[in-house]
Amino acid sequence: MDNLLQQLLNGVTWGSIYALIALGYTMVYGVLRLINFAHGEVYMIGAMSGFYVARALGLGSEPSVGGLVLVLGASMVICGLLGATIERVAYRPLRSAGRLAPLITAIGVSLFLQNAGQLVFGADPKFFPQLLRSREVFRAGQVAVSNIQLTVLVTALLLMGALEFIVQRTRFGRAMRAVAYDAPAAALMGVPVDRVISGTFVLGSMLAAAAGILVGLSNPKIEPLMGLMPGLKAFVAAVLGGIGSVPGAMIGGLLLGVIETLVTGYLSSTYRDAIAFVILVLILLYRPTGLFGAPQTEKV
Amino acid sequence: MRGVLLRASLSLALALAGCSGKSGDSIVVGHVASMTGDTATFGRSADQGMRMAIEELNAKGGVLGKKLELVTEDDRSVTEEARTAAQKLLQRDRVIALLGEVASSRSLAAAPEAERAKVPMISPGSTNPKVTEGKEYVFRACFIDPFQGAVMAKFAASELHAKRLAILFDFKQDYSVGLADFFRETAKKLGAEIVADERYTSGDIEFRAQLTTIRAANPDAIFVPGYYTEVGLIAKQARELGINVPLLGGDGWDSEKTTEIGGEAVEGYYFSTHYAADSSDPRVQEFVSRFKTKYGDSPDAMAALGYDTAGILADALGRAGTTDGEKLRDAIAATKNFDGVTGKISIDEHHNARKDAVVLKIEGGKFRFYRTVSAE
Amino acid sequence: MKAGRWLPLAGALLALAGLHWLAPLFLNAYYVTILARIGIAIVAAVSLQLVNGFTGQFSIGHAGFMALGAYASAAFSVYWGAGILDSLGDGPLARVLYFPFPLVCGGLVAAAAGLVVAVPALRLRGDYLAIATLGAGEIIRIAILNVDAVGGARGFSLASSSYPAVDLRFDSLAGVYGVAALTILAIARLLYSGGGLAFRAVREDETAAESLGIATTRVKVEAFLVASFFAGVAGALFAHSEGYIHTNSFSFVRSFELVAFVVLGGLGSLSGAVIAAATLTAAPELLRGLGEWRMVLYAMLLIATMILRPQGLLGQRELWPIGRKHGAPRSS
Repeated sequence: MDNLLQQLLNGVTWGSIYALIALGYTMVYGVLRLINFAHGEVYMIGAMSGFYVARALGLGSEPSVGGLVLVLGASMVICGLLGATIERVAYRPLRSAGRLAPLITAIGVSLFLQNAGQLVFGADPKFFPQLLRSREVFRAGQVAVSNIQLTVLVTALLLMGALEFIVQRTRFGRAMRAVAYDAPAAALMGVPVDRVISGTFVLGSMLAAAAGILVGLSNPKIEPLMGLMPGLKAFVAAVLGGIGSVPGAMIGGLLLGVIETLVTGYLSSTYRDAIAFVILVLILLYRPTGLFGAPQTEKV
Repeated sequence: MRGVLLRASLSLALALAGCSGKSGDSIVVGHVASMTGDTATFGRSADQGMRMAIEELNAKGGVLGKKLELVTEDDRSVTEEARTAAQKLLQRDRVIALLGEVASSRSLAAAPEAERAKVPMISPGSTNPKVTEGKEYVFRACFIDPFQGAVMAKFAASELHAKRLAILFDFKQDYSVGLADFFRETAKKLGAEIVADERYTSGDIEFRAQLTTIRAANPDAIFVPGYYTEVGLIAKQARELGINVPLLGGDGWDSEKTTEIGGEAVEGYYFSTHYAADSSDPRVQEFVSRFKTKYGDSPDAMAALGYDTAGILADALGRAGTTDGEKLRDAIAATKNFDGVTGKISIDEHHNARKDAVVLKIEGGKFRFYRTVSAE
Repeated sequence: MKAGRWLPLAGALLALAGLHWLAPLFLNAYYVTILARIGIAIVAAVSLQLVNGFTGQFSIGHAGFMALGAYASAAFSVYWGAGILDSLGDGPLARVLYFPFPLVCGGLVAAAAGLVVAVPALRLRGDYLAIATLGAGEIIRIAILNVDAVGGARGFSLASSSYPAVDLRFDSLAGVYGVAALTILAIARLLYSGGGLAFRAVREDETAAESLGIATTRVKVEAFLVASFFAGVAGALFAHSEGYIHTNSFSFVRSFELVAFVVLGGLGSLSGAVIAAATLTAAPELLRGLGEWRMVLYAMLLIATMILRPQGLLGQRELWPIGRKHGAPRSS
């Protein structure tokens, strides 16, 4: 039983990373009906920028919570800008070009960031500075909770809560929901659609950056290709929860993390990556709108 | 279709024109190495060792009246790239011998190319037996895993009095799979029980699920025969989960990155490897100090093995009197008591070297010599 | 067939014979390898063009089918082929007669998988189909990774332990380009015959095609089947020319590369796919410094193309007199 609880804790912590990244996918899909393939790379840039900022500020030789907050903030700002830039340069010109062109472009942006990352950062893995000294903080029987896992969970939950607040309780959030529901109508009602879309990208990218920093904390190895798999899996999580639904992305992420951890712990780690894709295919076949999504009709 | 052919032939013509031969005055030797990627320190260290050896040889006049030239091709720590790298060295650079690789999977990928080209290949540090099995032109300058696995199994039993053992190995690497197999075999023979047998894939960063399963089985020690990048992360996550039993490893741990990544988490762990930089042997001390002067860092096992491998090749070239593949191969096979910094090296009938292993302990963030285990 | 038709065929055969015997004399093995890889890329790109460009079904997991073809044919050769070749004496004639078998075997296994993927996936449209195919490609790759009989995570060498003397590699350029030519001919015939218009009808407007009586699902499945068959053949060629395969060569990065070939060449042009595949495969190998920059340039090219020239190099036009008879728009 203790074992199961520990695995659940492991799974929820890991899943909260997926959730943060999935939120970006789901929000962009909601307003643009676009799968932003490049989102996984934003997560990678988040981790990388955190690494370089920490180095520039001379952090890492000693644990420092203030340093962590600084690094988190800086990388969120950097990635927010990156997200807005990508939208402006690569997606906005194709706004009226159908569904295929932006999809291909998104793949292009993803490939570009991965490979440019390898050239700029070097293909060697880097090791995120230890801004928190990892130790066990809490023990309940056999279940060990480390301060790092706790930090990841709490930060992720706080960010998700903040996002939910923005989406439900602010004017911007209302504008976002309007554009997601019916963009032309929202434009007619005076909603600045372009700015809302930009803002959506910024928000999503900031969350991805946070995910990158949190992963840097708990799994300190970072490298330019680190965004590939988590990006895809976070996308699966978004689909699982219902693409376009914010709570869906959160639940989907946590759920995927738990399933992956349980499969690895009780079956075999070699199926870890496959399980996400199996879930994807099953969801697409049997319930394409996911757990919380709304059905969409196709107009002829 | 015409357009394609035209384009292709034009490009080929250009490329062939640009492809010049090697300088006629030197003997060109190739090195397939992981200079970048997950196991970059292996390739870089080996390369440094080789270059230092070659520089020293060239300063004394070279071999067969010519200077030695080392061409290194990076395989980015990717298995299939090792094969491409070997091909490039053999066909584009026309090397007379191939040195490398350190990782067994990559040596296995490159070896068929050397066999096909009838060019001798010497691996400085690949320990999986399959690398030389059944091959005519492939050799190695180090011991093999049946020996290494047994070393650590015996160490666990006799030194740590461990009766319950867990294994966490890298499913993607021949080295790790093989070493785990040999460890398992010997441990069982010595009466220990394998209470948990988990796996991961190189490149993974999250191991808590497997470690939790291992923890539940309550082992006395955990054998992690993987490469240093994952080992560092595994050690940290193990401590976070409250696992305080010692972790044991093989020569895949031998890199400064293990302590860099693992930090405090790897303190007090043990691993087997080819040589100890803090050995009191004057020959080793002298090598270490020359290496430090040249490169600034202390040489790790791969650097020392690289150094010896280049030395073995040069020695064989001298005895063969030619760069001809077959004769060079025979000369390498006849190597007896070559005085290397990693010990006296003799190549046996299986193209392997019979050498002692050392067990090192991680203390104060450094590797410290703990014990020698001889190859009986 | 008219007499004039035999001329191109005879010319092609002569060219192939020349490739087979003359190429190794002038080019060293490294360049032969590059040319082989170009031929294989052409087969894979043309097969993908059928599904993506002509039938409008955006499949981005094509490397999975190549993987199946590679591994199935390799297993066939290692476990059965070596014995067969050995008993036949392993002479040149025996080898020429034997090698179509692993290729077809690879193609069939891949086609079977194509069927399994197509039937459920083709209920989806657009983005969802793309993601489903991506997922399928990854599932296939990871499944293969777990099969120990073909080497699992350590890769699979085309060498039989029971018959070590038999060389299972097939690095004849004539063979590779012969297969490439056959592939192009087969797919061109399929697309530019009378019935081939159905594919393009499905691409242009599936609902309208359905309402006109075209069995759209069957058309889509057929496209998938044929495409995955040839992808499997490409994979089989790859396995037999490299001599060692690893699932890393068939990841979604490879799938994206194939998508790039097809899009940059022009979605709807076989010749475009051929040119793009050949150029983009050759370039980084021959221009040495380009190696690291290759993927960055691909990516930038892809983005720029979609924004500035979405129809790619040739759009829907063809260069070669393929299909002049049945409605392929001629290039000006």
